[in-house]
Amino acid sequence: MNAAIEVHGLTKRFQGRTVVDHLSLTVAQGRIMGFLGPNGSGKTTTMRMLCGLLTPDEGEGRCLDLDIRTQSHAIKRQVGYMTQKFSLYEDLSIRENLDFVARVHGLPDRRLRVEEALERLGLTARRDQLAGELSGGWKQRLALASCLLHKPRLLLLDEPTAGVDPKARREFWEQIHAMAAEGLTVLVTTHYMDEAERCHAIAYIAHGRLLATGSVGEVIARAGLTTFSVTPLHAGTATASLAQRLSGLSGIDLVAPFGSVLHVGGADRDALLKTLIPFRQDDRFLWREDTPTLEDVFIHLMPAVDARPS
Amino acid sequence: MSGPGFSWQRLRAMMFKEFIQMRRDRLTFAMMVGVPMMQLILFGFAINSDPRNLPTAILDRDQGVFSRALIARMGASGYFRVVEPLSDAEAETGLAEGRIQFVLTIPEGFTRNVSRGTHPALLIEADATDPAATSNALSTLTVLADHALDRELTGPLSAWRRPAAPFTLQVHRRYNQEGITQFNVVPGLMGVVLTMTMVIMTALAMTRERERGTMESLLVTPLRPIEVMLGKIIPYVMVGYIQMSLILLAARLIFAVPVMGNIGLLMLASMVFIMANLAVGFTFSTIARNQLQAMQMGFFYFLPNILLSGFMFPFRGMPEWAQAVGEILPLTHFLRIVRGVMLKGNGVGEIVGEVGALGLFMLIVTTIALKRYRQTLD
Ligand SMILES: Nc1ncnc2c1ncn2[C@@H]1O[C@H](COP(=O)(O)OP(=O)(O)OP(=O)(O)O)[C@@H](O)[C@H]1O
Ligand SMILES: [Mg+2]
Repeated sequence: MNAAIEVHGLTKRFQGRTVVDHLSLTVAQGRIMGFLGPNGSGKTTTMRMLCGLLTPDEGEGRCLDLDIRTQSHAIKRQVGYMTQKFSLYEDLSIRENLDFVARVHGLPDRRLRVEEALERLGLTARRDQLAGELSGGWKQRLALASCLLHKPRLLLLDEPTAGVDPKARREFWEQIHAMAAEGLTVLVTTHYMDEAERCHAIAYIAHGRLLATGSVGEVIARAGLTTFSVTPLHAGTATASLAQRLSGLSGIDLVAPFGSVLHVGGADRDALLKTLIPFRQDDRFLWREDTPTLEDVFIHLMPAVDARPS
Repeated sequence: MSGPGFSWQRLRAMMFKEFIQMRRDRLTFAMMVGVPMMQLILFGFAINSDPRNLPTAILDRDQGVFSRALIARMGASGYFRVVEPLSDAEAETGLAEGRIQFVLTIPEGFTRNVSRGTHPALLIEADATDPAATSNALSTLTVLADHALDRELTGPLSAWRRPAAPFTLQVHRRYNQEGITQFNVVPGLMGVVLTMTMVIMTALAMTRERERGTMESLLVTPLRPIEVMLGKIIPYVMVGYIQMSLILLAARLIFAVPVMGNIGLLMLASMVFIMANLAVGFTFSTIARNQLQAMQMGFFYFLPNILLSGFMFPFRGMPEWAQAVGEILPLTHFLRIVRGVMLKGNGVGEIVGEVGALGLFMLIVTTIALKRYRQTLD
């Protein structure tokens, strides 16, 4: 069995502007791949190319062993795609929406599956309510249910948990992991770090370019960051002015406050240590070297791309 | 399982969804019934290409036997409503302000001069800004003038009667004996209403999907373009038939339009016309970026249809280029079919050519629509 997603050199341009730039990605079957990147980095565009909604300008690849250029019709029947923006019919009831999807996919046991989906969602009682009347989080949950209805082999989820409460998010991840254990492959975009850490692997994209892939640990290790956490020793001492003085100094690539704690880091360890010498003598703060978080890595990766001419 | 090609099941799913959405959209639904009724009342009652009872001022300077006889005959023709005698100046301003359509001046000594046989001249002035309003009345007046005084020209004066033509001309108005405008307009309205609602409804139905973002989900389903298109179109075919039935009913009950031919045949032929219009609407929806544009395209299409099809103006009165354009438009052919079947009692043989023209139009437009329909968001 080949990988569920295997694409090479995928490129998409809008009006001459390259939005996805020679992106290559492999996701093995049964894996959950987190797809991360800043706003406008090309995540949605990549997903649309994977399920045949957009034609790539360059590159080729296969989804579920089907060519994304020529066999998109077959791909569509085995892929569940959850759009970033709610795209079910707001003027159809919850049940009617699910029913439409089930009919279009020609599911043999349509009624049963719709009933099951309603039950799993806990929406059986509100089945006749219009989808447009649901709250934002419930819309997300309905959209997810609808793209699972035809038991796809590959799930493309575009920010499925945006606006969803913590309990529902936990349930969502439990459900996704259970399905992955049965062989379902998932590519999921998210802006939440805790969710990225729930994925088997992550891919980080910025300005259309894939900058890092691998497990969370691998991505952090490969970034080669040295980070310190700076804790004020006395209540009332703010880290804000320290942050201001640090940012922009040579060797310092990252200054980010986390509550009262400040994260300071850099890729060039020697330069960082040298720059920090005078600051570490300041006895108002406690300096401790620690392992960088995923967020540190991402914040570090972002400006690296900004500097490049695009 | 649904195969790779066309699937009835998917088509049914699409239609089912459209029906539900149509039912939920109260405003649109009201429009689909309201528009035909409104147009029927506006056009049906308002348009009259043979206006009568036109206000006519008569400046009778003669006040003789013959002038009074002439005035009486004019009144009896039904075209002229004699208004109170006025002064010259009042007649002039009445004409200028549009309160008076005609001013007839009967010169002094008219009766005397007729008796003498000196052929006195009568002057009729008409507000001819709208030729359609005056032409029938004026031509009636010309005929009327020839024999208006026959009854009064007796005894020796009978020599002044105009001799009869050496032959008799028998005019036989067929299909619409009394020349009632409504008989022509009301069946035509069926085509106009269908053109307007069918094109705009489908054009909107598709752009709505794009505007609301539902297109993205729709495109990742296994639905084929032809299934989407038919699924969008078929529900509106039924709407079209509802509209037709409403107008047919009103035609019979309110306007007493005769139905000489077979209603079943008319309904069958209308199917092609309705589908042709829906295909046009669908094509617009593949071009338009939003609902407003779709609406504008609909009106843009509507205009030549209503003007060049023979609905508003007689088809043969148009210059050749306009007739050529008219021949392309579906409404032109439909008008011939509907008027033919309803007023002339045409059968299959007489309308098959027109239906063929509609079918050809439909095929071409459907091909364009399917070619233009993108299965991607590119
Ligand atoms: N149809 C389109 N036409 C033109 N530009 C587009 C189109 N779709 C996306 N873009 C541009 O492509 C870039 C990438 O967009 P995309 O939606 O893929 O980003 P994203 O990573 O999903 O962002 P977000 O996290 O905000 O959802 C953006 O700059 C966007 O403006
Ligand atoms: Mg996105």
